[in-house]
Amino acid sequence: MTKWIWRGIRTGIKTTSYPLSPELASGVSPGRPGGHQGGDKSRLVIERCPTGALHLTGDQIGVDYRRCVHCFRCQRGAHSGIGWQTGYEWGSREEARDDDRATLGGAFQRSLHIRVVDCGACGACLSEIEQTNKPYYNMHRLGFFITPTPRTADVLLLAGPLTEHMRHPLSSAYNAMPTPKRVIAVGTCALSGGPFGPSFASNAGVTEAVPVDVVVPGCPPPPLAIIHAMLLLVGRAAPSSLHSVGPTEGRVTP
Amino acid sequence: MTSPSNNMVVLSDLPEVARSRWSGKVTVSVDEGKRLVLVDCQPAALPEVCGWLFSSSYGFATVVIQEETAGWSLRYIFYGPQGSGLVHVTVGLPKDQPVVPSISLQVHAADWHEREAEDLFGLTFEGHPKLGDFVLHEEWPEGVNPMRLSFDSSRRYPHREPDTVWRPSPIVQSPGAFMMPIGPVYSDQSESAHFLLETVGEDVIRTILHLFYKYRGVEKIAEGSSVDRVLLLAERFSGTSAFAHSLAFCQAVEEIGGAVVPPRAQALRVLFAELERLRHHVAAIGGICNSTALAVATSQASILEEELLRLAGAATGHRYLFGLNLPGGLSLDLGGEECRRIAQSAQTIAGRLRELYEMLRFTNSFLDRVEEVGIVTREAATAYGLVGPVARASGLVRDIRKTLPYAFYDRLPSFSVPSEEDGDGWARLRILFQEAKQSAHIIHEVSSSLPEGPVCAPAPLRGGSALGWVEAPRGAAFHWVSVGESGHVTCYRVTTPSFTNWHGFHLAAEEFAFQDFPIILATFGLSNAESDR
Repeated sequence: MTKWIWRGIRTGIKTTSYPLSPELASGVSPGRPGGHQGGDKSRLVIERCPTGALHLTGDQIGVDYRRCVHCFRCQRGAHSGIGWQTGYEWGSREEARDDDRATLGGAFQRSLHIRVVDCGACGACLSEIEQTNKPYYNMHRLGFFITPTPRTADVLLLAGPLTEHMRHPLSSAYNAMPTPKRVIAVGTCALSGGPFGPSFASNAGVTEAVPVDVVVPGCPPPPLAIIHAMLLLVGRAAPSSLHSVGPTEGRVTP
Repeated sequence: MTSPSNNMVVLSDLPEVARSRWSGKVTVSVDEGKRLVLVDCQPAALPEVCGWLFSSSYGFATVVIQEETAGWSLRYIFYGPQGSGLVHVTVGLPKDQPVVPSISLQVHAADWHEREAEDLFGLTFEGHPKLGDFVLHEEWPEGVNPMRLSFDSSRRYPHREPDTVWRPSPIVQSPGAFMMPIGPVYSDQSESAHFLLETVGEDVIRTILHLFYKYRGVEKIAEGSSVDRVLLLAERFSGTSAFAHSLAFCQAVEEIGGAVVPPRAQALRVLFAELERLRHHVAAIGGICNSTALAVATSQASILEEELLRLAGAATGHRYLFGLNLPGGLSLDLGGEECRRIAQSAQTIAGRLRELYEMLRFTNSFLDRVEEVGIVTREAATAYGLVGPVARASGLVRDIRKTLPYAFYDRLPSFSVPSEEDGDGWARLRILFQEAKQSAHIIHEVSSSLPEGPVCAPAPLRGGSALGWVEAPRGAAFHWVSVGESGHVTCYRVTTPSFTNWHGFHLAAEEFAFQDFPIILATFGLSNAESDR
């Protein structure tokens, strides 16, 4: 066993310093389209979007992040050149909820227990949720823990468009949680149904079964975006917007 | 069980043998260019013909069911050992009487395919011992078959109220026997699935599996959608093997339209596919270490996994390689410098995996947990038609990168298919290590001999049907695509390695100690998103 202990020590610390300082390593986030000054070709760019995330507001191309799946169709190919925004602080409050209800402050700030429920996710969102628990992100240092049962959970972390077959298990899990309880929806599918819903087998996101407080758009949202949403939920970070505002070309967050 | 070598029927002899054995009942035609034999068969002869192919070491790929205005057409697809191509056995059924003899008794690998088709299409498979609720759960309204043409997929259907009182119906009858439910919401973070373990205390006698909690009806919602839209579905129904599935779909569309994919795109597709395989295998190795609670080893594998995700993210923009495949090629080219960096990082990671393997190999407490756990024999693996690393760990050497080479694989002479004989958890883990090493090697080889030229060619859209296939990280995947004259997809059938291998999971999950259950699950390393679609 000593060889494993030695190996662990020799590996050193890999964990990101976020949220103390921004994570600057490349490849931690896919980025997402920013708003863009539309030209006469903007109609062609908007038509290429397969999920209807792009729209024209005035003379600008706006982006609805609830629908964007980072398919790069607006960025690559002819008439491209939509602004691409790097960064990962994507957590946002559910617009329909009032601000008081959205955050869990006080005792939860450094002790938050999370139950993950897979509502039909493709596996990428779940994989990114798993990464938050692994050495590079290690959310334990922030006081966030995954718990195996909803009965001891403060937060439900949901991914997937909510398939019809998962509707009942999800409601049961939510009802089994003690109050106060909150829900974070992770990924474009959980927000809008993504490419799958609404249809005969899937819903248009998890809001159809449980009240959602914090949302993280992205397909999949990177681990840092998920951590940002958890920080937002306990009042340790500021929310981001679900819509692109103005031309953001070249802007780098944070 | 006959060994594959002495009972093999080569493709050139196959028409002759089929004609003489079933004269008058089958019509055989050969497409030399595509290495394809078409056997049009009368329903009565179907089980015999399929059983004969399966026992001649042809693997069962999938069954494609198409509802046409005149009647039903069923296409059973088999793929042969190396160099022997594909065999399609087709059967026509009258519209008002969709009854066909079951082939499951001869071809056990087709068992779940028939159960699925009965549930989704409302076809009857005569002689199948177990039909009924399978994909659609009990709350789904009776008599509604979502894959029928008349079914409107955009509409929602009123589901029945689920019965919340759980009444187990155990088979094991003995004092102290009970049934333990696990799922669909279980463990720390796991995909939704439901297991019933029949146990008499510590020992689990058998495991009953309930899947399809994640059924999103991908094959149905694809119908009537544009090719571009279905590409999005093909890529995103299983995010951890997105590149492999989008590649299979694109290859089918390219075959239909007659697109010629540039050599550079073919080579880069292999590079990305192997990068995905490497990441998947590293994640699976981490999962196995985690299931035995070996914390440092789990962390070591997790570090490599995140490094591979970052490598993919930095090179292609997306950590899971989404948005790369297009019919006709790729949406992105890589520079020489980037290719070298990927190859170098892959080699470094392979070296660190080797170190991890050497440490695991001499950790007795770990070996005690994985050795002789969840054994699948070669006979069982053959009967269930298992694929991928799980099959290769049981001595069933089958890899469609070799048997049906696609993209750039036929130009990679130096790669061989690893295999193990033991069929236990440790053998499956060893296979993962060997394949990860080989993927790094292939990445290196491809990046050093990358052809010049464009990465995307025009992909004409035409009406027609074709099969696309890849060796996804978890095993063989087949995508059947039909495109109508209007350029919309009219039929889409996806057969995934997870679907194939979940069928055989119960073989490994029999007669084991309860605490081994997570280990058996982890060594199978299957995805519910991939199997449920």
